[in-house]
This record gives sequence, C-alpha cells and structure tokens, in this order.
Amino acid sequence: MTTTTDTPTPQGRVLPVTDLSLVVLVGASGSGKSTFARRHFTPTEVISSDFCRGLVADDENDQSASRDAFDVLHYIAGKRLAAGRRTVVDATSVQRDARRQLIDLARRYDVLPIAIVLDVPEEVCAERNAARPDRADLPRRVVRRHTRELRASLRHLEREGFRKVHVLRGVEEVERATVVTEKRFNDLTHLTGPFDIVGDVHGCSAELEALLTKLGYADGVHPEGRTAVFVGDLVDRGPDSPGVLRRVMAMVKSGNALCVPGNHENKFGRYLRGRQVQHTHGLAETVEQMAGESEEFRAEVREFVDGLVSHYVLDGGRLVVCHAGLPEKYHGRTSGRVRSHALYGDTTGETDEFGLPVRYPWAEDYRGRAAVVYGHTPVPEATWLNNTICLDTGAVFGGKLTALRWPERELVDVPARKVWYEPVRPLRTEAPGGQDGRPLDLADVHGRRVVETRHAGRVSVREENAAAALEVMSRFAIDPRLLPYLPPTMAPTATSRLDGYLEHPVEAFEEYRQDGVARVVCEEKHMGSRAVALVCRDADAATRRFGVEGPTGSLCTRTGRPFFDDDALTEEILGRLRTAVGEAGLWDRLETDWLLLDAELMPWSLKASGLLRSQYAAVGAASGAVLPDVLAALDGAAARGVEVRDLLDRQRERADAAAAFTRAYRRYCWTTDGLDGVRLAPFQILAVQGRSLAGLPHDEQLALLDRLVAHDATGLLRTTRRLYVDTADPESVRAGVDWWLEMTGRGGEGMVVKPVGALVRGETGRPVQPGIKVRGREYLRIVYGPEYTRPENLTRLRDRHLHHKRSLAIREYALGLEALDRLAGGEPLWRVHEPVFAVLALESEPVDPRL
Amino acid sequence: MFLTISTTGTDRRPATDLGFLLHKHPDKAQAFSTSYGTAHVLYPEATAERCTAALLLEVDTVALVRRGKGKGRGGAPDAALAQYVNDRPYAASSLLAVALSSVFSSALHGVCRARPELPRQPRPLRIEVPALPARGGPALVSRLFEPLGWTVTADPVALDTEFPAWGDSRYVRLVLEAGTLTLAEALRHLYVLLPVLDDAKHYWVSSDEVDKLLRAGEGWLPGHPEQKLITSRYLSRRWSLTRRATERLELVRLAEADDTDVEQLDNAVEAETEAEERPAPLAVQRRDAILAELRASGAARVLDLGCGQGQLVQELLRDPSFTEIVGVDVSMRALTIASRRLRLDRMGERQAARVKLLQGSLAYSDKRLKGYDAAVLSEVIEHLDLPRLPALEYAVFDVARPRTVLVTTPNVEYNVRWESLPAGHVRHGDHRFEWTREEFRAWAGKVAARHGYGVDFRPVGPDDPEVGPPTQMAVFTAHPVKEAKAA
Repeated sequence: MTTTTDTPTPQGRVLPVTDLSLVVLVGASGSGKSTFARRHFTPTEVISSDFCRGLVADDENDQSASRDAFDVLHYIAGKRLAAGRRTVVDATSVQRDARRQLIDLARRYDVLPIAIVLDVPEEVCAERNAARPDRADLPRRVVRRHTRELRASLRHLEREGFRKVHVLRGVEEVERATVVTEKRFNDLTHLTGPFDIVGDVHGCSAELEALLTKLGYADGVHPEGRTAVFVGDLVDRGPDSPGVLRRVMAMVKSGNALCVPGNHENKFGRYLRGRQVQHTHGLAETVEQMAGESEEFRAEVREFVDGLVSHYVLDGGRLVVCHAGLPEKYHGRTSGRVRSHALYGDTTGETDEFGLPVRYPWAEDYRGRAAVVYGHTPVPEATWLNNTICLDTGAVFGGKLTALRWPERELVDVPARKVWYEPVRPLRTEAPGGQDGRPLDLADVHGRRVVETRHAGRVSVREENAAAALEVMSRFAIDPRLLPYLPPTMAPTATSRLDGYLEHPVEAFEEYRQDGVARVVCEEKHMGSRAVALVCRDADAATRRFGVEGPTGSLCTRTGRPFFDDDALTEEILGRLRTAVGEAGLWDRLETDWLLLDAELMPWSLKASGLLRSQYAAVGAASGAVLPDVLAALDGAAARGVEVRDLLDRQRERADAAAAFTRAYRRYCWTTDGLDGVRLAPFQILAVQGRSLAGLPHDEQLALLDRLVAHDATGLLRTTRRLYVDTADPESVRAGVDWWLEMTGRGGEGMVVKPVGALVRGETGRPVQPGIKVRGREYLRIVYGPEYTRPENLTRLRDRHLHHKRSLAIREYALGLEALDRLAGGEPLWRVHEPVFAVLALESEPVDPRL
Repeated sequence: MFLTISTTGTDRRPATDLGFLLHKHPDKAQAFSTSYGTAHVLYPEATAERCTAALLLEVDTVALVRRGKGKGRGGAPDAALAQYVNDRPYAASSLLAVALSSVFSSALHGVCRARPELPRQPRPLRIEVPALPARGGPALVSRLFEPLGWTVTADPVALDTEFPAWGDSRYVRLVLEAGTLTLAEALRHLYVLLPVLDDAKHYWVSSDEVDKLLRAGEGWLPGHPEQKLITSRYLSRRWSLTRRATERLELVRLAEADDTDVEQLDNAVEAETEAEERPAPLAVQRRDAILAELRASGAARVLDLGCGQGQLVQELLRDPSFTEIVGVDVSMRALTIASRRLRLDRMGERQAARVKLLQGSLAYSDKRLKGYDAAVLSEVIEHLDLPRLPALEYAVFDVARPRTVLVTTPNVEYNVRWESLPAGHVRHGDHRFEWTREEFRAWAGKVAARHGYGVDFRPVGPDDPEVGPPTQMAVFTAHPVKEAKAA
C-alpha cells in the first residue's frame, strides 16, 4: 500500500496505476474528475455515473435514477474487469458506502482497487458547477457536503481496502499530474522462454542437480539460454533444503530461473520472520538443516521467500505457472484469494482418512486456453488433464523429479535416489476416480469438451455433437469397459480429373510424395463393415484387465454397437480368434493376455441388411421394374417415326448404369448362417498389454497378421492383400495404379494407401493422413448413385470440399491414438473413455457422408 | 419415373382423342421442364383403336442432393432426398404427381378448348405404373382405387431376384382399368393417391396443400371409405417428425457413419404417439399408480429419469405438492417434444420454475441428480442392455440416492394375455429384455440390499391370478438407519 502526497516536482506528480485495476476517482461535484479521466485514460476505460444516469433516465442529472444508474455502472465495470480490462469509475465516490461497493467489485474480479483523490477547494467546485447550465441549479450545500465527506474519508482509504491511494491537493496539482501504467508483477507474458518447468523438489538437491544436468544446465546456466521455472515447495522433508535454496536463488538472481512460492516456502517464510508455526510436514528437517547456515544466508532466504510472486503468466499468455494450480479467472489477477489458491489449491475444508485436506479437483473443470503447470499434489505420473499438468511426482517420497520442457511439452525426469520421507498416504492420481477408477461420470463426457492428445494437441468437441454421442453411447454401445477404441474416419484421395473417374490412386501417391513419404503400402479395401475386436486370452484375463465378468472380449461396429444381437455368436468369433492367436504364438511373442484388433467384418449385408434392402435393393428393384417399360415405350414411339433418339439413347445408358449398380451392391451380399459365411480380415493390431502398437510399421503389422491368419483353421480369417509402392518412382507408381485397376476391375472395393512407417509427420510437424482411401469406379455407384459416371454428373460431383473431412480424419486419428496410449498406460476408465467418446461425437459433425 | 395412360376407341370415337384430352399431340415427343427434372410426353402407339400416352420424368439426383445444401458440409435439407442412391428417378412417387399436375394441368381440370365436350365423356382407360411405391402393399392399393370404379391389378415387385429371402420390395406394378371414368377423374385420383401410397418422408406439405386436396378430391374423396387414411397421409407431413434443415442432424450422421437407418437409432420417440387421442389405458393406470406412490411418499422434489415425451412430468405439474420436477432423458428428440408438449416457452414464470428438462444418461453417474426426494424410472430399465444395468444401479441408488425410487417394467408373463402380441415377442422393438415377476423381484431385492433400501412391489393394471399384472412396480425406500449413519 502506498500513499503519495509528496510535494510536486515542476513536471507535476507521477501517479503509477496498475494495468489491470479498478481506478476510483474521488472528488466533489465540479472537482474536475471527468476532465482528469479524459486526459489520462482512454474513453472506453472510463465509466461515469452521469453517463449511466443518462442511459437509464435520459437525463444525466436525474438524481432519482442514481440507484439504477449505479447498477448499470457496476454491471459494466464487472464485465470489463472479468475480461481483464482496466476500468476507471468517474463518480463522486465521496461516501464510504459507495466506495465499499467498488472495492467489493474489485475483489470479486481479483483486481487491485486504486483511489485517485481530487481534493479541490469547495469554492472552485461551486464556481465550475455554476458555469454549467445543466448544473446551475445544484444547491451549494451539495458541494459543501461532498467536500466535507471527502475530507472525512481521506485517512481511511487504505484501511477501506485501496491498494494504492493518490491524493492530489489543489487545482494546480490536479492539472499537472501524470499517470503511468505499471505492469502487474505476475505478468511476464513478454518472456517466451524456452522454459524448463521443474516440479516439487522438497530438499532433494542431488535429484535436482541430476535433473538440471539432464536438461542441459551447467552450473545453473543453459547454453541455449533456456530458463528454469520452479513451481515451489523447494524446501522441507528432503535431505538438503539449504542446498536446493542456494541453487535456485542463485539461478533466479542471475536471471536463469523464475520461481513461484509453494505452501512450504510460505510457512518457512513465516518461521524465518519469527512467527509461531508448527514444525510439521517436514519443516522440522529444514529448520535443523538451516541451523548450520549463516545469519546472512538466512536473511537472503527470508528476502527471497518474501519476494516471491504467487504465479506467473508467461509466453504471451500461453503458459501459467503456479504451485497448486489456478482456474482461468484467476490468471494474472491480484488478490488474497488468488494467492491462496495458487499456494494451497481449492480446498473443500474437509480432510481425508489420512488427515490431509480434501482438494476440489479444479483441473477437471478447467477449460482455459493457457496451459497451467503446477505441482503441490504428488501423483505417480505427470499427465495432461484439460491443458493442465501436475509436475509433483513425489521425488521426496521415492518417486521421481519431473520437468516439463516448454513449448516442446516434453517430460524429462530423474528417479529419486531413495525414499527420503515416508508418504502419509500412497501416491495416487488426483484425477477423478484415481487410478483404481470409478464408474463413468456424465461430467467426463457431457457438453463442450477439449481432449488433450499427444499427437495433435487439443481436440475440441462441440456440445451438440457430444449430445448425439451420449445418446448412441448410452443406448446402443457395448459396455464402455470393453470399448477402449473407436476407429477414426478416413479421408478419400483428392478428386481425380481423369475422364470417367472420381477417385484414382495417382493423387494419393502424389500427396504422400509431397508430404515426403517415400514408401507406402496399398492395402486391399475389404468389402465389409469396420469392426474392432477385443480378444482376451481367457475370461480371467478379461476380468483382471477390463473388470468384466463373463464376456471374454468384444466385437463392435464403428459406433460401438455390438455386431451380433446374440452374445453367443460374439463369443464364438472371439473363441476362433483366440485359438488362432494362441496357435500363432502371439500371446507370448507380444507378451500379452489380450489384444485389440482393427478389422473388417464381411459380408456387409450382415450388418447393413436393413439399409441394403430399404435403399440399395429398393433402387435396384424400382429401376429393374420401370426401365424395360420405358425402353419399350420409346421403341414404340420411335417405330412410329416420333423423334426420340436422344431420349432413347439416354434411357439405354440409364438402364446399363442401373444394372451395373445392382451388380455392384450384390457383391456385398451373401447369406450367412451363424458364423457360416462370416469373414474377418484384421489389418492392424492396435494395442496389447502395456503397449500401443499403433506406431508399429505396417509391414511388421501385416507380417504378424499373416501369421495369425495362417493359424486359423476355421476359415474365419482373411488375409489383406497388399502392394508396396515407392511414391518417387514412376515405375512403382504405375504398378500401384495397375494393381488398383485390376482389383477394382474385378469388382473390388478399392484400396487404402498408408505410409509404411506409422505415425508419420510432415515437414510442418503436423501428422500426415494415416491412410487415404481410393475407391473403385464401380463401387462408387453405390455411394454416388447409379449414374454418377455420366460426364455432366462427374463434373458436378468433383466439387467435393474435402478439407473438412481430412481435418476430421486427423483429429479422430489423434483421439484414437490417445485412447490406445491411455489404455496401454493403464489409465483409469474415464481417461480411456474420454477420447473414445470424442471420436463418436466427432463422427456426428457435419461432413459430406459420401466422402 | 414413368406411367402410361391408354384408351381404346372406334373410328367414330377414335382413341387418339386422348391427344386432345391431354393437350399433347400424339405425333410429337414433347419435353417440359419441372422443378425436379425434365418431363417427357410421348405416344408409343396412336391409332383409332388404341392410343397410349407415356409420361417420363427424368429426375436429376445430383441436383436433388445439392439443392439447398451447405457447402460440402453435408447439411442436407432432409435425409431422404440427400441420397444420390435414390429411388426417385425410377419410382412413381409424389414427384410424379407434381409433374402430372403441371404437364397435364388442363386435362386434370377437365378443360379442352378444341373439343369442350370431350372431357365430360367417360372412356375406357388403362393406366400402368410399373414401379409404384406402395406403403401398405397391394391390399391397400386395391382399397384405395377399387371404390373409385377401377379394376386393380397390383403385383408386388421382388426386392432382388438373386436374394429371394429378402422378399418383396415396397413397389408394386400397378394396372388400373375402368370404362366409366373421365380422364380428368383418373388424373385427379392419381394426383392424390400417388403421394398417399408413396407416403415418403421427404414430402413437405405447404399450407395451401389442404386446398389442393379439396379441389382434387372433389366428387370422390368425401364418400371414399378410406377418406381418413387418405387425408391424414396426404397431409401428415405437416405435423410429422420429418427431419428438416433446421433440425439437429447429428444422430442422422452417426447412423450414416454406421450404415444404419436413422430410425434405428433415433427411436426413442414412437412415431404415432404424438396424436395420442385415445391414450392407452395401461399408460394412464401406470401414471396414476406412480402419482399415488409419490404422494404417499411425501416427495416434493421429483426426478423423472427417462422422461420421454414428458407425459408424467405434465401430470406432476398439475399437483402443486410437487415443487420441483426434473425430467431427464438421453434423447434430445424426446426432450424437444416434451418441451413442446409442456409448452415450456409459454408457461408462466412460477410454473416454469418448477420444471426442468435435462439431457442425461443413466449409464453415467450424474451429480446434478443428487439430493432429490424421489426418482421415477417408468418403463426405462428394459431399454438398457442387461450388462449395463449395474451402471444405472450405481448412478441412481449410489450417486443420486433419492429417498424413494419407483421402477416400473413390463411383466413378461402377462404377454400371453395380449391378443395382438405374437408368442415370444417383446412389447416394443427396443425392449432389450422383459422380466417375469420372479426375475424383477430378484433384481430389485439385490439392488435394495446392496444400497440400503427397502423394497415393496405393486401390481399395475388388472392383477391376473395366473400371470400377474401387465406392469410391475417396485417401490424402493432408503433405510433411515443408513441416512443417520451417513449424517
């Protein structure tokens, strides 16, 4: 708190005003507040009570409208402060009650209240009012009362809660004063790092030195000019708190590090200032270690701790670092409760069975744009949750010391040398449910959501899409525990310009060549429905790993619905798969007792029989019934000499196209009885115990799957034909095209082109399309209609707007990978379910369904 | 789409008079542009003895799909037309009726300027429609045309001759013959009855459609034995649940993504229930039973979990002792209809403050549902797959934990008493299971024991001495002991 009343310099007084604050001008009517505000602030920063009176009552001097006018003023000021904009209130504010409301407002939005007092003699005010026609009637006693109230207030302004009070006495001082804008202490948005943010050290100096070395620091300095940022809790519990302090303080002093305070520094600081504090939670150790230190060092530490700022906003506002986490509305704010949240988190006031405070899981609700990096709560692994990450991995409890590289978002850690301090309660994830998991909660999936993915950053889901997914997931999907993955959509190749073709492989090869992908695999596109199969080695494994009693896995469609109404059929398929996996020796080879397969189940008619009958066969039936009659009628008319040649030709083409259409859909239909006639073509092993296999190159994948298919004695499994193509070699590309022409010429659906090495990124660092489908010319009749190949139709259909579909394919792919990573990492069900649900939600985005 | 109109004649009354009647010259092929494509009129035969006019409408499916659609984002105006694979180019649908009325407008109105006496004379007519979509099948076709004086031949068209097991398509090959009708009458019959038989989802009726129906039906519709069906089908779209451009299409897309008919997913709302003129007495009895139990429990704040179209919510609102009523359903469509039924947007403030509709799912725990006096799950559990019941149990009895929980579900034993229900069938297509009294009691007993509730059972509807009541209800009451312990 500062009150400035020092004598004016010839240039006039300089008044520092914080960039985000609520500035309250205090002065009698006619003291020159509006003029002062106009001179020193931008017009939109200033809200005057007169203006608000005008808004609500059409008269700026209608005192009867004051109540409503101040409601409006407070409302506007509130909106501005919530948005982080400095606001100047131009009203007399000479009464304590009026100021109290403004101070409350500032506190509600966690900004500094600042008072600027214009103490101008009563006569001057009265004179000015008299000169103004609209105020000429203002009784003198009003100004007198204002002045009296102002004088009585002066001494109390600081106690009322103003964090800065500037008093300007007399007309001249008011005239000559200037205002300078000061940044908040926590605003370091101009620093862009790169940063290495280090979790709770708790006196583990050996681990700290090891981590700094691993990060590339030599004696506290990084050769590439990186800055370390400590999230607090440097001291207590561990073996060498003074050593840690010495290192960190030196780095901060030399500009190589930033540090925010933890609750342990806060308490230690009070101890150093001689306050009564309990020597619990490891403070005793620190006190003991400090006993050997010099008074000078103690003073330095005291100064250091006292000077720590509760949190920092860094890197253009993209990064917030604090000790215990911070909701978005507190970022860059300055108030007691912001500091308290930054130090202690959001405690509910309860304690758990270990006597430790129960914390409100604020990160679950976090939806902010800035990444919040914090510590405070020991967790076994640092994981992103809603763009927040806790780096306290319990180094002092025998866990590890973790740092986050920013902006790379890479985690670097070193293991603890030993358990330095026994934890009161076992390390566990503070995230809902913890590692042991709990039933899914609606808040995990409902409404607008953002899912953090390792491969493509944040993927957002809109509310209406989540609503549709909730309906399908709840009413039709299989048990979420057996649904750890949903397949992403796949983009088609860029539209072909070749005569007669809408899709052709040339564009797909070219796209990958341009993305710098030399080697691709063309995989036959099976003529069935996408299926995800989860196969467990036995019922025990299913119970152990997925917590279900009874089923030994699952087989579901691309929206998570079971393929068969009859569970016995699902179990029969799983049984055959299980046998093949065993015979092929894959359980041992992959060291797993379950595996997740991406596959195609045939025939298509098995699942889509309703659609086939109501749409495809219906079109075939109607065209078959009507076109012979049409041709007969036209033949009759032609025989009579009526000129119908063009029309007749066109109808003949139409009949041919309809016949081709019927042939095309019939290839997808055959009768099945139980599992007789059912085929399954696996084309990727997605994950096994402890491992996502999404990154395994496709040639290795296919080799494993060939082995699997070869060991199936039941005829259920089908191999996936493939051809490898070098996108830079015209000869190889030609062979790829021929292969596709030959396959689709025989009625095949087409192929999918994938980079052989999975998880490929382009030159920009963005993932490239994981696969591009190239569908056959005849097959596309059942997508674009029997007559799509007519030139006038092709011309119009080529206008396909692929962009959205391609972006969707990448986002869903990233979500799928994320689900697999979380599954493989043994994360709780809700964490795995989140990206799975998001894939389903994205599938309801408006994209041309024919792509 | 295609149809032919034939007539026979003599030298004195030549068949080629058809050309005058239709106002189209028999020796020319003429083309007319209509809003859905080009219509052609031509005569395969034209002699004094026999004359046939053919109407061929070439539908442009690509244009149909692209009409009024957002750029590349597939914001299709309605699901049925948004398919390139579409029977519209082939089948004689409502689009053909529209073409008929514009190409043969004067014939339809019985006007012939050259020979004013001709339209009034009946003549032998034969109309062939090789592919007529006929919802209701050949039997309905006969019931519609025979009372008007037609001899009807309606042969079903097989879906696919290679797959005889698929059975017949929804199309029939229709031949109509009559000797006592004028051409104008014939055309007006077709104009009304083609769309009635098509009964397609895409047919949008504008407000002047009533007038059109009255005009075209003049003289024959009022006395028609199927008048009610004709009128309601012809005009039904106006009140229908047809998806339109302004509606949420997310579920449609999810169905498409999985090669499923959207009706299979978006089936939380039964098609006909909106016109609930005669409410099924059992549904009323069920609501009465629920209300009685709720009143007996003294509940004031009530959850209707799986509220569907809000019938129970509406009943609850009528009783001021229910101070807060929350209807929860997973189907957005059901909630929309419920909100419309309750007229939430027009309800008085005080009334509206008592009721809330939320999308929620019992497959997930939901903190918003905590702390209510009572929860009703009326005809809900049987819509869940059995393996997912434990999640519902947790969400309701563990997390929401109202003092009273009412669960109703069909008693499968009673099904033998439904005359219309084939043996072994469930009562509703979406029922995943139906329980005997024994099975229901066993489940409810276990749930009650696990979560500290007591449970009683009540019959709803006539309690048959042999098979029990049609609906069974369990009344769960939380043990006060447990509450005391928790507090």
